[in-house]
Amino acid sequence: MTIPAQIGRGMDRVDAHAKVTGAARYSAEHRPPGAVHAVLVGARIPRGRITGIDTSAALAAEGVIAVLSHLNLPKVAQTPHLIPSLAGTTAHGQSFFPMQDDRIHYAGQPVAVVVADTLERAEYAAGLVRVSYAEEPWVTTIAQGRGDTYEPERIFGGFVPGRIERGDVEAGLARADVRIETTHHFAANHHNPIEPSATTAVWEDSKLTLYDATQGPTATRLTVAQLLGIPPSDVRVVSEFVGGSFGSKAMIWAHPTLAAMAAQHVRAPVTLALDRAQTFTNTGHREEQEQTITLGATRDGELTAIRYAKTSPTSPFDDWAEPSMGPVNRLYACPAFEGVHHLFKAATMTPTFMRAPGEGTGAFVIETAMDELAHELGMDPIELRLRNHADLDPESGRPWSSKGLRECYALGAELFGWADRDPAPVTGAAREGHWVLGTGMASAIYPVYGVVNPQRARARVYADGRAVIETGCSDFGTGAGTVLRQVAADALGMDAEAVTAHYGDTELPTTVAAVGSAGAGAISAAAHTAATALRERLVGQAVTDPGSPLHGADPAAVRVSGGRMVRPDTGAGETYGEMLGRHMTFDAEALGEWAPPGGDEYGMATFGAQFAEVAVDPDLGLVRVRRMLGVFAPGRVLNHKTARSQLMGGMLWGLGQALLEATHMEPDQGRWANPSLGEYLIPVNADAPDVRVEMIEVEDRAVNPLGVKGVGEIGQVGMAAAIANAIFHATGRRFRDLPITIEAVMAPA
Amino acid sequence: MTPREPGRTGTAVPAVPRQATGAEEHGDLGPGPVDVLLTVNGTLRRVTVEPRVSLLDALRERMGVTSPKKGCNQGACGACTVHVDGRRVLSCLTLAVSCQGREVTTVEGLADGDDLHPMQRAFAEEDAFQCGYCTPGQLMSAVALMEEGHTGDDAEIAEWMSGNLCRCAAYPNIRQAVRNVRDGAAAEGER
Ligand code: FES
Ligand code: FES
Repeated sequence: MTIPAQIGRGMDRVDAHAKVTGAARYSAEHRPPGAVHAVLVGARIPRGRITGIDTSAALAAEGVIAVLSHLNLPKVAQTPHLIPSLAGTTAHGQSFFPMQDDRIHYAGQPVAVVVADTLERAEYAAGLVRVSYAEEPWVTTIAQGRGDTYEPERIFGGFVPGRIERGDVEAGLARADVRIETTHHFAANHHNPIEPSATTAVWEDSKLTLYDATQGPTATRLTVAQLLGIPPSDVRVVSEFVGGSFGSKAMIWAHPTLAAMAAQHVRAPVTLALDRAQTFTNTGHREEQEQTITLGATRDGELTAIRYAKTSPTSPFDDWAEPSMGPVNRLYACPAFEGVHHLFKAATMTPTFMRAPGEGTGAFVIETAMDELAHELGMDPIELRLRNHADLDPESGRPWSSKGLRECYALGAELFGWADRDPAPVTGAAREGHWVLGTGMASAIYPVYGVVNPQRARARVYADGRAVIETGCSDFGTGAGTVLRQVAADALGMDAEAVTAHYGDTELPTTVAAVGSAGAGAISAAAHTAATALRERLVGQAVTDPGSPLHGADPAAVRVSGGRMVRPDTGAGETYGEMLGRHMTFDAEALGEWAPPGGDEYGMATFGAQFAEVAVDPDLGLVRVRRMLGVFAPGRVLNHKTARSQLMGGMLWGLGQALLEATHMEPDQGRWANPSLGEYLIPVNADAPDVRVEMIEVEDRAVNPLGVKGVGEIGQVGMAAAIANAIFHATGRRFRDLPITIEAVMAPA
Repeated sequence: MTPREPGRTGTAVPAVPRQATGAEEHGDLGPGPVDVLLTVNGTLRRVTVEPRVSLLDALRERMGVTSPKKGCNQGACGACTVHVDGRRVLSCLTLAVSCQGREVTTVEGLADGDDLHPMQRAFAEEDAFQCGYCTPGQLMSAVALMEEGHTGDDAEIAEWMSGNLCRCAAYPNIRQAVRNVRDGAAAEGER
């Protein structure tokens, strides 16, 4: 009997039924008996001091149970210290916890929490809390802070150096025949998952249960426990359904701890759900940024040097910038590189990861500059990229663990019809009524981040022939729960349909927060290790069991399919269930732990090539993306259906990045001007063309046991650049700032 | 006035039923809690709410019907879309008291017992969601779209589904699901 390969098949999501019937319960929808509602009150000034809080009106309002502020909120046990959640430990989003004193560091910083019996009453009373302030001088935008920049030693929570240099950039630029020098401005962005962050906190004696919308239940557990000064083992975090995240739920912000404190204070379960506007000031953002690049190249297209710099605002507490120089440094073989981050302290919260953090903006810079260079040289953009193909990782000089980029270019060019493209950039040569048409491409790279802690899962087989795989990760739309079944089924020799996945709970074996596209690699490693251990144990038992038809067989030769162990020499066999039943055993289980090897022999990254066709109406400033193609080499693909969806989603994020997404700061108010889904534009259905996604499987033996490189971010990385390059092809105009607005396209060249 | 180009003009924002004033239906109401009787997914329910309570919060917080989602509470995302008397409405912009005597349908009421609605099946098969948070609203819009006859071509489907944001950007798969159901229904009709 043969069964289809369990890994890779495009099986429907394990939670599809729950999601289409409304049975899926998200964090704010857990309603324990006696639960009440907490609502945050945010600071109205960007910087200064609270001079007074008058809570009398709020406390007198019907249904109000308590108002917490810095005057009566307990102090946190420890001042938080920002560590990216990939480290697998506490994951404070910033080195600051609000409501500890009278200082205001950014607009929207929580200054009070109102608790009432119903949501409407809590919301109403939140508006009755009167806070007076003494405002102090502040800056929030690059225009205001440009004069006060400094060069941070490290950024991104200490993970990335602020400056990277190799080779002689001056000499490289001096010998260049051609130089491209560009400056880009990128608006700040907010993640805007459709589910705003929310936590329901329930105390039972000294034990705390949090239903929390998080990318890492364990991260929530460790972070909240540290702030409350209680043992992590007293905190259980449940997070089975999470309504999207894109980085906004990757770090653990103040609200889960505030919910727990409020619940302790009022001695009742508390739900604290952010409203949409509050998500703009409580869950981080992608910072506003300015990036400059200088490329030097010879006439035949060989890069001689790259100089790159970025300026962006960070919070008063942390040196944070998304690491945008990664793709600039690592996409092409170039003998000389210099990249530097400049920061200035602004009255904002600490920026954070947002899908394709750093790579999305950095790739835009290098990939539009490469397009300019190709144009300057009169060379095909793909040919230019092939000439500078990085056979080794330019950053480390090591070989890649796997690559596949050449294959991505080749397949992409073929599917897109690149050969038919009029290579000369045109100014409206291809027309369709008012529309001028153009096509563009870009490369994509996203690092494979190595996880550092052991990743665990537990596999169990029941005598009835079903199995369970358990690990503590959450599934916020990634398909984690679905691929867990497939990976376990593959190792156990069963059908994925016969495997149930339990996840989203800290009472299950620990895996790291699913961030940086590392989630699938981590959980598949854990599940594969656990399920393989269980299979070996069961096969080992069968071959030593005199009652088994497999008795005496070579365990290495035994095949398992559909849950039935078979010895190939005689064809005899029995199912796991038959063997367990004979021994009056109801089940068997094994814990698997994958310890990341942590070697540094390889450069590790995922690659792709992305293509777009646009139609531009120059008079109306409209840009319509008509066609999108992405070809990616993400290592092993665990589920083609869910992986394709993630890559497609990332590509449409690239469309949003290119044309729509911007959070604007009110320059004289120091607060976000458009914190709503009506004014922060994201793609709607009518913006999204059909998207073609292709995957090239490359074998990678270094990243993790199954060679999984992840698909969460790579789809976005090169998309905005491909669209901007297509706009150039259509109009002959370079738009270097993002988003490329209607106003910009309409403005006379 | 220029005649509407079929299916390509107008707004995709669902219509909100005219909000009956409290005085019309009950005499003066509020500001304290009042009883509202409404049918939710075929069951007559009584709910006690202050007049300021939205249909969305009445369903989610008081009636245990949590499929309508709160994405913005401002009428901008469509996650809260439900049917009231068969028409799609944004339940965050609809007062619960205005639904006295009306029939509310949510995703919990789409399936026929264990048999999923074809649109639910199509969403699952086409992977028309990732996180699933926008999905109940998408489904209620998609079902209404079929009734409204706005499934002619992809552009029309896209336009009339554009009141429902999906940050996971499952849009092409959502369109595919709607097409499948449309074509399935057409094939059914021909038989
Ligand atoms: S919650 Fe009603 S439209 Fe967003
Ligand atoms: S499925 Fe996540 S928002 Fe649509």
